[in-house]
Amino acid sequence: MSIDPLIIDRPEGPPAPHVTSNTLRAVASQTRPERMRLSDISVFYDGVPAVRQASLSIHQGEVLALIGPSGCGKTTLLRTLNRLTELTPNASHSGRITLDGDDIHELEDTRLRTRVSMVFQQPNPFPMSIFDNVAFALREQSRRRPRRRELEPLVTQALQRAGLYDEVRDNLDRPALRLSGGQQQRLCIARAIATEPEILLMDEPCSALDPRSTAVIEKLILQLRSELAVVIVTHNLQQARRVADRVAFMYLGDLVELGTADQLFDAPREERTRDYIAGAFG
Amino acid sequence: MVVFVAQRAWPTLSHEGLSWLGSGGNVDNQIGSMANTSSSPPASAFYLRAWPLMYGTLLTAGLAVIAGLVISLLTSIFIVDLAPPPVRRAMTPVIRLLASIPSVILGLIGILAVVPFVGAHLITGGEKESVINVIQLTGAGLLVSVFTLTVMVTPIMTALITEALGSVPRSWHEGAIALGLSPLRATIAVSLRAIRPAIIAATALATARAMGEAIVIDMVSGGKAFSPNPADGLIFIFEPLRTLASEIIDQAEGLSEPALRSSIYAFALLLMFSGFMLSIGSRLVRRPLRKYELSS
Amino acid sequence: MADAERLPQPVLQAPRRRRGRRSSVRSWRRTDQLIWALAWLAGIGVCVVVGAIVAFLTAKGLGALSPKLLVTRPSPSVDQSGSGGFLDPIIGTLTLAAIGTLIATPLALMTAVWVVEYGRPRWLAATVETSIEMVAATPDIVLAIFGLALFQFGILAPLSFRGSGGGVYGRSFFAAGITMSLIALPLTYTATRNGLRSTPRQLREASYALGKTRAATIRRVLVPRVRSDVATGATLGMGRIIGSTAIVVLLLGATLQNSSQGSVPLLGFLRGTGSTLTSYVLENSPAGEGNAPQKAYAAAFVLLLIVLVLNAIVARISRIGDAAGLSAGRLSL
Repeated sequence: MSIDPLIIDRPEGPPAPHVTSNTLRAVASQTRPERMRLSDISVFYDGVPAVRQASLSIHQGEVLALIGPSGCGKTTLLRTLNRLTELTPNASHSGRITLDGDDIHELEDTRLRTRVSMVFQQPNPFPMSIFDNVAFALREQSRRRPRRRELEPLVTQALQRAGLYDEVRDNLDRPALRLSGGQQQRLCIARAIATEPEILLMDEPCSALDPRSTAVIEKLILQLRSELAVVIVTHNLQQARRVADRVAFMYLGDLVELGTADQLFDAPREERTRDYIAGAFG
Repeated sequence: MVVFVAQRAWPTLSHEGLSWLGSGGNVDNQIGSMANTSSSPPASAFYLRAWPLMYGTLLTAGLAVIAGLVISLLTSIFIVDLAPPPVRRAMTPVIRLLASIPSVILGLIGILAVVPFVGAHLITGGEKESVINVIQLTGAGLLVSVFTLTVMVTPIMTALITEALGSVPRSWHEGAIALGLSPLRATIAVSLRAIRPAIIAATALATARAMGEAIVIDMVSGGKAFSPNPADGLIFIFEPLRTLASEIIDQAEGLSEPALRSSIYAFALLLMFSGFMLSIGSRLVRRPLRKYELSS
Repeated sequence: MADAERLPQPVLQAPRRRRGRRSSVRSWRRTDQLIWALAWLAGIGVCVVVGAIVAFLTAKGLGALSPKLLVTRPSPSVDQSGSGGFLDPIIGTLTLAAIGTLIATPLALMTAVWVVEYGRPRWLAATVETSIEMVAATPDIVLAIFGLALFQFGILAPLSFRGSGGGVYGRSFFAAGITMSLIALPLTYTATRNGLRSTPRQLREASYALGKTRAATIRRVLVPRVRSDVATGATLGMGRIIGSTAIVVLLLGATLQNSSQGSVPLLGFLRGTGSTLTSYVLENSPAGEGNAPQKAYAAAFVLLLIVLVLNAIVARISRIGDAAGLSAGRLSL
């Protein structure tokens, strides 16, 4: 099922495979094509490095967690993936990031961000109805103004994938701000995946939510990763354990260690990683 | 305050009733004859048809506010998104300065510079000829009035709207950009929608000011209580007019004559009433929009 | 962390800022392109208009201005060069500003304090707020008419000008000044109220904890703190007063000279009629009786200067207030 090209104009990319199984975590990496690669990325604010020469790759079908203490650069690294760092006037960077082989700085930034979507720490639904929120990016994408009839199935699908549809199906025109915190965050997720992005970036998506909503969203992440690649920043080690396939540990701007979740948590190679996981600093 | 003015206006209203609001006749002559009556005038002396004045008020204020709204929205977008940072910093005091220029100064420039310009360059001799038997076209009239009023009203609205735009939570704007919108598009689609109540309030405020502005109109509107008639074709933007407010200020001398006095008070009452309605109206319009706001 | 320090950090120099490709304006929807172009037009247009007004006024006004004009009194004269200067209007402007502000500021302060600090009964506070808002929205003329009607009452007769026939006209500096205060009141009130509202609660609580009564707290702690807000509001009010013409024309008589009423020196002056810079400009323009555009320009220029200065003062005060407020806020926490 692909999006009607009248609604979304987008150059053809590799089609997303529709694997619905979500039980096994140890899937062989041949079935996980690489979507993004970072090579020696450094980010500077006013000349001061916030990220130093980080390199990693992001694969479809898996969840990559960025962990580390506050200020270690993990959020900055995340934001380079959709060029959101360009919003900060005094930010500069070096290194290369590619999406399916194309340097992302050669792509138009607006196009890039429909393929690499982001969910923020604080749920930020727009002051509109639920329907309008999810349809927002879809409407902005198309050349002509799509009618509601055309949008409805896409909105429904996005809400279903985000696990929110059943709770709001009775009235999609309700103001989005009336939803609870957990529902709002799921709405933001629905909004982000409505354009069928290839990569989903999540910046501490559960830190503002209560444990129950957190559990719902973690389950959601595990479901979503079969269709796209998820990169999640979290300061909650247990959460990283629960959802991540691969984990990258950052400290003071350096990418210290990168490995599978089992490797990193059970047998970390670096001393700093060991100390962080053991709780020596936070 | 309301009671006061109303009481003074009562004699006029009681004599004429609602037809006072209608049209008919030449207001100047009517006022003139009023001034000549003695202190206990007969009922017939109260004759006045206020419609031309009301029409003038509505026309100038309406056009000016519409133009001002468009310009101030565009300018706010410019300040927030498009202007390079040094320009942006410079524009705030500039707008504030423009907003605090006393209306007389605007009127002065209007009457000494703009009116002759319009009269000499924009109106052709032929056009003047065509309406000479009804009215004289001197350049002072609708066009200049609306223009000057717009200049007066735009800075206020721009300042209010820019301030409202600045108070929109940044997370919305950033979220929109993260979804693939350009900053300009994000502002239009999200922030402007979010501040709709503030835009309405600013418009109401601007309308009230424009309707009540007497001095500027007095100077540039041509001084004849005439109703510019769109049926005259494009010329109508040059035709002179009078508004309620400028009529008040012009006839201020005549407050000793009861007939004139109560007419003037009636004008004032009308202005107050409309201001009141504007205020209530804007609140009513804003109420259904509230449900989309943050419940903070 | 000792571990981190041990490893040698590679030295990275910050590269020159590289900008990724942005979506160009060309690729936008047609409507967006239009808006972009119009917004630029509007922004530049506004700057041009302001510049034009200031430049025009300066050119014409400066040319006609001479120190003599500032200090001679206007005299009725057919010949332009003999008609004197505008000392009277200047005095008039200053007087009105003074009276209006002097009345409005304490009133605004007291009302704001009452509303924010006490505010009971609730309906009264709400009513006060609403009425002040309505007064703020009322156009000058209506206020002027109201003032006129008010001062024509017999009781207030001693305050105003009497015609030769003994009829009370309801015009004088008193009348105008008091009405002017109505204009300044909402501005000062709003500024003070916002200032009071934004002071952190800790400040008051700290004062109570030290044993001060409510009244003393207000007097010693809060009022000094909102000084800059009050000053901002008062200056804004002054600006509006100075710029208002309608009230002057209706309530001051708009005569060329300031003429006194009665024999008592100051009181007589205040009871008399007069003019201000604004009505002077009006009168001298083709819309008024006068026929002296140069004088009008000169007076307008002076007026503009005064307004500019006032604006600058407001900007200064609010910046100083911000700085002082911030540091005081941090201290109190």
